[in-house]
Amino acid sequence: MIKLNINGQLTTLDVSEDMPLLWALRDVAKLTGSKYGCGKGICGACTVHIDGQAMRSCITPMSYAKDKTITTIEGLSEKGDHPVQQAWQTLNVAQCGYCQTGQIMSASALLANNASPTDDDINNAMAGNICRCGTYPRIRAAIKLAAKSTNNSNGETS
Amino acid sequence: MIKKVSRRKFLQGTGLASGTLVLGVQFAPVFAANHEPMSFSPDVFVSMDETGQVTIISHRSEMGQGILSTLPLLVADEMEADWQRVTVKQAIGDAKYGSQNTDGSRSVRKNYTKLKEAGAIMRTLIQQAAANVWAVPIDQVRIENHQAIYQNQTIDFKNLVKIASTLEVPARESLKLKTEAEQKYIGKPGMKNLDAHEVVTGQAKFGYDIEIPGMKTAVIARPPVVFGQVKSFDASETLKVPGVVKVIEMPALTPPAAFKMLGGIAVIADNTWAAIKGREALKIEWDHGSNASYNTKDHEAVFIQALENPKEVVRNRGDVEAAKKDASKHLEAEYHVAGLAHATMEPPAATARINGDRVEVWACTQTPQAAQGNVMATLEIPKEKAANVEINVTLLGGGFGRKSKPDYVAEAAYLANESKFPVKVLWTREDEIKHGYYHSPSYQKLSGSLDVDNKVTSWYHAMVNHPIGATFDPAAKLAGSTDLGQGDMMFDVPNIKIALGETDTFMRIGWVRSVTNINNVFAASSFADELAHLAGQDPKDFLLQMIGSDRIEDFAADDFKYSNYGESPEQYPAETSRLKNVIQVAADKAGWGQELPEGTGMGIAAWRSFLSYIAVVVKVSTDGNKVKIEDIHMAVDAGKILNPDRVKSQMEGSAIFGTSLAFYGEITAKDGAIEQGNFDSYQMSRINQIPEIHTHIIKSDAVPTGVGEPGLPPFAPAFCNAIFAANGVRHRRLPLKNLTLV
Repeated sequence: MIKLNINGQLTTLDVSEDMPLLWALRDVAKLTGSKYGCGKGICGACTVHIDGQAMRSCITPMSYAKDKTITTIEGLSEKGDHPVQQAWQTLNVAQCGYCQTGQIMSASALLANNASPTDDDINNAMAGNICRCGTYPRIRAAIKLAAKSTNNSNGETS
Repeated sequence: MIKKVSRRKFLQGTGLASGTLVLGVQFAPVFAANHEPMSFSPDVFVSMDETGQVTIISHRSEMGQGILSTLPLLVADEMEADWQRVTVKQAIGDAKYGSQNTDGSRSVRKNYTKLKEAGAIMRTLIQQAAANVWAVPIDQVRIENHQAIYQNQTIDFKNLVKIASTLEVPARESLKLKTEAEQKYIGKPGMKNLDAHEVVTGQAKFGYDIEIPGMKTAVIARPPVVFGQVKSFDASETLKVPGVVKVIEMPALTPPAAFKMLGGIAVIADNTWAAIKGREALKIEWDHGSNASYNTKDHEAVFIQALENPKEVVRNRGDVEAAKKDASKHLEAEYHVAGLAHATMEPPAATARINGDRVEVWACTQTPQAAQGNVMATLEIPKEKAANVEINVTLLGGGFGRKSKPDYVAEAAYLANESKFPVKVLWTREDEIKHGYYHSPSYQKLSGSLDVDNKVTSWYHAMVNHPIGATFDPAAKLAGSTDLGQGDMMFDVPNIKIALGETDTFMRIGWVRSVTNINNVFAASSFADELAHLAGQDPKDFLLQMIGSDRIEDFAADDFKYSNYGESPEQYPAETSRLKNVIQVAADKAGWGQELPEGTGMGIAAWRSFLSYIAVVVKVSTDGNKVKIEDIHMAVDAGKILNPDRVKSQMEGSAIFGTSLAFYGEITAKDGAIEQGNFDSYQMSRINQIPEIHTHIIKSDAVPTGVGEPGLPPFAPAFCNAIFAANGVRHRRLPLKNLTLV
């Protein structure tokens, strides 16, 4: 039995310590928004926030996730209206959509640490997330749009 | 004729409010006993219930091209439905919808008219129903945004459902389709993806995400070499892994591979991790079979020999050899493109549940009907019981042709049947890369002659690859396909020879996005650029000159049996004017001809594929072995455009797919087994390597054509032509192993 906080809820999962967090989330907690893409931490489809940091859940064993605070795409916002989620819809970013939850988790972690990222900042933060359909230019634009809308609503100039 | 119904009868009808009007776009509707009352079948695309809610069936698979958000526009627009009152429903696999095979970039062109007609039938019936209510001629009733309007009166669609459902379905020939000016959704920018909110909140369901009660998860250890077999295995350690419930030996694969299961040992477990760990614990001795003799590296010599001795000339005009003798300048070049894997972000996945003689499947499939047929063949279910096999289509996390090959669906059905559990088969990334249906490695030889005026007088293009045909017929040796990027070249050259070589095949070969256009157009468009430089002319101007006069290309005149993507040349002619136009537009928008800094260059390529005309201009800067893509412009003429934003996204995706294959795409076999296995050994381009991509859509009244694939073929050659322009180095082999993309 491993205890951890998932999306604000204290949760106990009956899984082995070596099970990657990704499979615990998907198969046991039934949260399938985090995706499998490579199992090696090189594509980013499985990205979640662990204690606020964007991390690859496919290579994070439950022994590490134990007692930590996990945010998955399902818990990023209550109504699915995080500025990044909104910007993604405004710019019709997704094609197949499979990698996008991981992209959004990486993007939201970036913006939490850097309110006005430059193109280079975005490229550095997002280079670990593969999109095979080819949505990279729109991802860049959507992150900038999300930053702008957040900064505007905070009364700052963008 | 549409029956008139009295106003009194109409009012009675609406009072009951129980009707559902379901229309098919084919006539002779057949009542199906197991459907809701008043449902019609087959060919059912649109229905409306008594609340006025319209349901439109999307019978093609959504894999990122936006078809779920695009095809229904045709119906909704034509029937003047309020988009807010439309529900789009994914069809199960059923022959009543016609072909559901979502590949070949043809969903729009194959369904454009029939879906518009479905909408028009609904509109006409609503209009007639309203006319009957008001007792006025039908042409005095206007239909707009879910309302029938007569003078200052309106009736909502919901109040016309019942009466409309009693009317005779109008004949297709009698329908009046909307003019372009009357369209509300079709061709308009800013249409939102229907599944956007589900995608960004993690609620969208892909094949990998299916969960049904009592389900187990399976992964399979497949033979490393195609047609290899299990000699012996020991599952004792596997069965000790907590969560593993069963180990099942799969039937061995025999030729032809087709869509059959690959064989191997399946591990069935309570969760994915247990299945993966259980598979790792298997001890298997393989008989690798005869394909173990295949080494990609060694086969190069076989390919080259086949290339030098082509077996079949498929297009011939004039005398290429004579032209060479008379030439002022002559050039020969050989090109190579490596084997490629699909690498869909979501690897193949399928779930099956068997209950008595009923089989239910949930799968990310591009072709639910082929999946249905494959399940029936695997479980030996007779044809007449097709209705017992239900294929539910999930969202697809990418397709690119991989998911039109339903071998994985057969695996799920087989394991559900053998284990007596509902089973979800998941392919890991390694499974996907190592056990694919690959784009074949290819070798190509081109030669061309110039006369004293630097006009091209001959064009020779020979190609050899492992043919896709060998996957279905082991005797197939002749390379394919000339129709895709080789024989279909539209250069006005007096002497042409297009030839194919033959060779054996040692792995499963399949179609990957744009198929042999990838290698053929790379070679042909690179060679066109080489000839331009040989002639000392601007590559864009030279390309326009080679294409020549405005005309419809007559391939048949050269005894070339060109399939034209299965369409008639009358309806979908190959028009040189349209090809030249996209070249000019892409060049103009990119600022072609401007002075560029040292080490920077632009390259151009253009081709007609999937009946669409695409030109690409790429700008790169180089620094030693480092290459940076500075800018990409794409011009696309795909006839009438339904959803401009999704056309743009397909062009963006094609350029990025092209970048990956140009830089990294290389599948190789050693002793018959694929050497690559994940995104470390089979890399993809990343966000930091991709600049802005500008798409320029040509406004056209021509019949709509494809956009999923045709953006890809011209990208790699435009890119390599740009590198040549930047630093004078010509690259004839993909991937570009000695360069670093920054």
